[in-house]
This record gives sequence, C-alpha cells and structure tokens, in this order.
Amino acid sequence: MNTFHTLLQDSVRWSLVVIGAVIVGGLWLWASAVPADATTGGLLPSPREGFLAPDFTLESLSGDKVTLSDMRGKAIVLNLWASWCPPCRAEMPAIQRVYQENHERGLEVLAVNMTAQDSLAAVETFVHEFNLTFPILLDTGGDVGITYLMRAFPTTFFIDRDGVIQRVIVGGPMSEVTLQSTVEQLMEDVP
Amino acid sequence: MYPILQIGPLAIQLPGLLLLAGLWIGTQLAERGTARNKLDPLWISNMIFNALAAGVIGARLGYALKYLDLYLSEPLNLLALNLNTLSTMEGIAVGLIAAMIYAQRKGLSLLPTIDTLTPGLSVFAIFVALAHLSSGDAFGAPTTVPWSIEIWGADRHPTQIYELLIATGITLVILQIRNIRIFSGFCFTLFVALSAISRLFLEGFRGDSMIVFGSIRGAQLISFVVMIFALIALHVLARNNKEEMKQTSV
Repeated sequence: MNTFHTLLQDSVRWSLVVIGAVIVGGLWLWASAVPADATTGGLLPSPREGFLAPDFTLESLSGDKVTLSDMRGKAIVLNLWASWCPPCRAEMPAIQRVYQENHERGLEVLAVNMTAQDSLAAVETFVHEFNLTFPILLDTGGDVGITYLMRAFPTTFFIDRDGVIQRVIVGGPMSEVTLQSTVEQLMEDVP
Repeated sequence: MYPILQIGPLAIQLPGLLLLAGLWIGTQLAERGTARNKLDPLWISNMIFNALAAGVIGARLGYALKYLDLYLSEPLNLLALNLNTLSTMEGIAVGLIAAMIYAQRKGLSLLPTIDTLTPGLSVFAIFVALAHLSSGDAFGAPTTVPWSIEIWGADRHPTQIYELLIATGITLVILQIRNIRIFSGFCFTLFVALSAISRLFLEGFRGDSMIVFGSIRGAQLISFVVMIFALIALHVLARNNKEEMKQTSV
C-alpha cells in the first residue's frame, strides 16, 4: 500500500498512469461506439404498448430480407395473420386501402404471416386474391409469433417512428375507421 | 429474470426488495466504519435516514411539479405508494442537499464522512446489479458468445452478471483498503475512479445505451470524464497529504 501511496504522490509516474487510462479508455469508448439505432436508447423491447417493438428480420414473399429496425422513421402497422383465419381475411382489404392512402405519407405495413401454422401455397393465393401490395413476411420458424406473445389471430401492433408500440389490437376484424384513425395518430408524429 | 417473488398469496417485487436489502446492509457497513474515521455512528445513520426521507419527498415533489395541474386537483396523490410517480434525479439532488445540511450542522468534515460511507455504497452497487439481474434492466447487446443469455427476445451479453462480478471485485478492494487510511478521501475517490472505469468498460456491452453525438454512448463519455477527474483528485489529495505530513513533522 505504501508503494501505491508513493506512486500517487509522484507527479511524473501518476501522470503516466492517467495518460494510459485516457488512451485505453478513449480507445474503448471509440471501439464501442455504435449507430444510434443499434441500441434501444433506454427503452425495453417488449410487445406491449409504450415499449420498444422487439426487432426481427424475416424473408418476404418476394424474397427480400426485411428488418423492423431499418424502418425507423416510418409509422408501421405490424399485422400478424394466417390465411385460414376468417377475421384476417375480413380485415385485409381495409389494411390494403389504408396502406394505399397513407404509404406516401410515410406509412409502412408489414404483414407477418405465421407460416409455421400456414402453407406457402395458401399464402400466395391469399395475397393474389386480395391484391396485397405491402411486404408479406414469412415467419417460418414461428419466432416472431413467440416474441410478440401472439395469442389470437389476427394481432396488430401500431408502431410509431421511434419504434415504440403505441397501440395493440388483439383479434379482429378491425374496421377501416379504427385503422385509419389509429394510423392518423401515428402520422401526427411523422415528420 | 425473476421480477416477482411469489410466496403463497404474497407477490413481492424482487428488484425493489433487493435495493432495500442493499440499502440496509450498506447502512450497517457505513455505521460500523465510523470508529475508524472517528465519527459518531448515530450521526452517520441519522444523516443517511435524513437523506433518504428527503430524497423520497423530493422525488415525489419533483414528479408532481411536472404534472402540477393534476396534483393541484388531487393533492392526496402526493402520498400515493406508487414507485412509478417518482423523479429519480430530483430525489437524488434533494437527498444530497439534505445530507449536506445535516453534515454541516453537525460539523462533520467532508472527506472522513464520505470515506465512511464508501464501503456501504460499494455493497449497495452489488445489490443494484442483483436488482438489474432480477428485473432485466441494464441489458446487453445481442451477441453470439457462448455465455449469452436469452432476454428481451434475443441472445444478449449477460451485462447484469458482468456488472455483478465487477461490483463484487470493487467491493473486495474497498473492504481491503478501508482499514489502511493513507489519507482522507482516499477510499471514496478510489471507489469513484474504479466505478467510472467499470461503467466505461461495461457500457460497451450494453444494448440500451443512450447515444450522443451520433454514435458515442453517453454513459461512457460521462464515465470517461469522471475517471479522469477521480484519477487527478487521487494525486492532488495524496500531495496535499504529503505537505500536511511535512508541516506536522516540522
């Protein structure tokens, strides 16, 4: 302990320690720098209102990879559905219309098909039947369904431009008015 | 993650309980250290109690000020037992001011007092890590390391466990050196320096960092500055002590 005390009192040697700490600390600070959207900025990811929408990457029906966090800055309607579910069938045309009306204003619709409980052929027929133009994502492993604690078909999450869930609607079908008014609330925040 | 402890019909919020346990053990430790620094144990425990009481009141008033209209129409809500309606920063500020006023009135000198409190603070930091582990707060960035844990929908760095290990390490160091009083303020300043280094290191693995200046983790930047100040303070305190020793020997 005496040697440590002597070291503390020695201006030259302690300066070296401080400079060393500044260099190592500064390098670590620089090495661990990340883009702002790589962290949750203090928010907890959880599939609940007021929480950050848990991130996922899924392949779309057209073969593109879509990552939720890449959509920051846009208002998002995240709809979890299956082709065999009647309320999903009932609400899909309304979703398509709301998407068409608001896409240019910064609305994105991500329709995540619970492919683990569906068949690809049925999904393709469904999309063709309703002329859906937004991305259809395929949850082949069922991971997104588990992460989003899906309990009923369909479930819809309204996510604002910061990636925070503003509203969750479990079950359906949603009326076009409900959809449009909720989207309008999300849109108020879109620059 | 076990945020709720279920004992029969009783559901206890574990993170809060852990923080209380940390506070209690920390206070005990601080009181036991009073003899070393020639302080009155009663004064130290009174100071901690005053700071806590003032801190809770300050935290609630700070919160109420933000929603003044609501609280003016329902003033009884000021007494609500709801932990979510407390403002942390205001609470800490008011608590610190209360502690300083008490210390001033009792004529407690600053450096021996904070040295006495340091082992308690250090142990409290261990319980903060345990509370984080229990609630899932302060979580890590997604990773593929074999020791990753699944939390908040991804395999992540177990930052709460890193935090626990480092806080325990720092406490072991503090408990070792608290008996060797090389100069006043040594124990506290060393604790601040070690804690700043620890946070600077740990924050790099976090998944919930606040980002400033485009890509810098805010907590790292603050820790970096605190670390430099604490390291310089250690030197200044050691030098002053040397001069004092010279003067007394002359």
